[in-house]
Amino acid sequence: MTIKTHARTPKKPKADAPKPPPRDVVLAGLPPLPQGARSGRWGDWGADDFVRGFFSRRSALVICAIVASGILCGEAYAQLSPRGQERPGIIETMLNWAPLILFGRPGEIGGFALNILVSFMVMAIGTVTGVLLGIAQVTKSALVRIPAWAITQFFRNSPWLVLLFFTILLMPFQIRAFGYTIPFPDWIKATIGLALPIMANISEVTRGAIQSIPTGQWESAESLAFSRAQTFRLIILPQCVKRMTPPWMNWYAILTMATSLVSIVGVSDAMTLTKLAVDADGRSELLIPMYGMLLMFFFIYCYPIARLTQVLERRYAVVT
Amino acid sequence: MAWSDDQPIVSVKNIYKSFGDVQVLRGVSFDVMKGQVICIIGPSGSGKSTILRCINALIAIDEGSILVEGQEVHDPRLDKLALRKKVGMVFQQYNLFPHLTALENIMLAPVHVLKQPKDQVEARAHQLLAKVRLAGKENSYPGELSGGQQQRVAIARSLAMSPDVMLFDEVTAALDPETVKEVLVTIRELAEEGMTCLLVTHEMGFAREVADHIYFTDRGVIIEHGPPKDFFANARDERTKAFLSQIL
Repeated sequence: MTIKTHARTPKKPKADAPKPPPRDVVLAGLPPLPQGARSGRWGDWGADDFVRGFFSRRSALVICAIVASGILCGEAYAQLSPRGQERPGIIETMLNWAPLILFGRPGEIGGFALNILVSFMVMAIGTVTGVLLGIAQVTKSALVRIPAWAITQFFRNSPWLVLLFFTILLMPFQIRAFGYTIPFPDWIKATIGLALPIMANISEVTRGAIQSIPTGQWESAESLAFSRAQTFRLIILPQCVKRMTPPWMNWYAILTMATSLVSIVGVSDAMTLTKLAVDADGRSELLIPMYGMLLMFFFIYCYPIARLTQVLERRYAVVT
Repeated sequence: MAWSDDQPIVSVKNIYKSFGDVQVLRGVSFDVMKGQVICIIGPSGSGKSTILRCINALIAIDEGSILVEGQEVHDPRLDKLALRKKVGMVFQQYNLFPHLTALENIMLAPVHVLKQPKDQVEARAHQLLAKVRLAGKENSYPGELSGGQQQRVAIARSLAMSPDVMLFDEVTAALDPETVKEVLVTIRELAEEGMTCLLVTHEMGFAREVADHIYFTDRGVIIEHGPPKDFFANARDERTKAFLSQIL
């Protein structure tokens, strides 16, 4: 028996060799940041970063691979199934149904577009209420702080589906006020249901960001005679925005995937319509390709966001 | 408030402060006249920084009295913001606002706290940056400046509030020896212009050169004080001698 020994010769780094950019930045197709660009207010990332993240090499590769393997599996499955009467092929059937699953029935908003719309609205509501709740969690007054903490913990530790059922069952289908009748369709109720846990999680993100600002910032603001409210608005919150962006985007990606939950309470989102399409065709070999297509829609939308989040996290990892 | 120039601008009388079980200040008293430069020296943990923080009410004292221009600081009805407009403070860690440029750092407080017109404040901010020898760095962010440059921006930021008294809390302790000098030159110029300054410092040479009066503190009390010449030549107390022999 011979024992292999891995005698390593330590590599001496060349003194003046330029440091390669982090692997992640290379993979995402982003150019490394120029020296000193990091400290700018908004200068170090913007809309173009998002676009580049979206069309980065790795994410394009993964998406193509999944699309191709999905279609191949579908066709293979169809080949194996019994052939009787003439039927349209798997790909043809998928393409026939795709517009419905993406955009819903003509004349109303539904399908994947509704998932996106719900995700936008939930995020808007959740962010505004969550940031306020997060600020309330760090106020001096215990009368504000303790209820804010309790609300945050309650909704952060409740199952999303149960919260959805609660809002669907608790809220009226319409509200009469000042002679007007405001309808409350199910998808609005579902939006509010999903906004509750998002609010609680954004509240925690906000609290964490505020508490991560060094106390020296408060001290120097105090010594310059800023009031507490001014310190918050002018000094603390602007610094929090950068720190909060990666986790905020992370929650958006999680939320978008969770919007498929609304199908359970009868909203005609992409999930509901996929089930309808499969049922209408009545062909069991369609099950896997059709739900595979649905998975792909979500993946194509969410994966680039997750990638970009990682890149931003790395970029903001060391903040003064 | 009958306060006039011939009375002390800062008058500290017998102050006590504890953090939990630790008594940090045990009866400290001293007076500062307008235009004087006072240096407080002493070993770490002797309560030097705490004295400064008490003067602009960042920390509340337990007992005693601090008068700033005749105004009692140890008073629950004190208007802290009004007090802090008169007393500027510079910290060891600079504490600049990292999301704002040097110019914006200086302008923020005069615009939002003193509600001065923006164009006037901007003109003055440019003057102050030139005064601390940082003209041309207006649009640099703190992260792009060296420690010494950041500290001078912090001094300019404090001066923009036109304070009557400046407190310097070990402002050169985080700097390397070469940049210490550029900050000390700035402070000396301020002192020569007649600004009332209270410095906590470990720079003995600087204290000897600039201070009108030196206080040596240890374990929360003032052990010894006097004009720099006397103080350094004829230290009487054993602890002072021990400290000076280590430092010099």
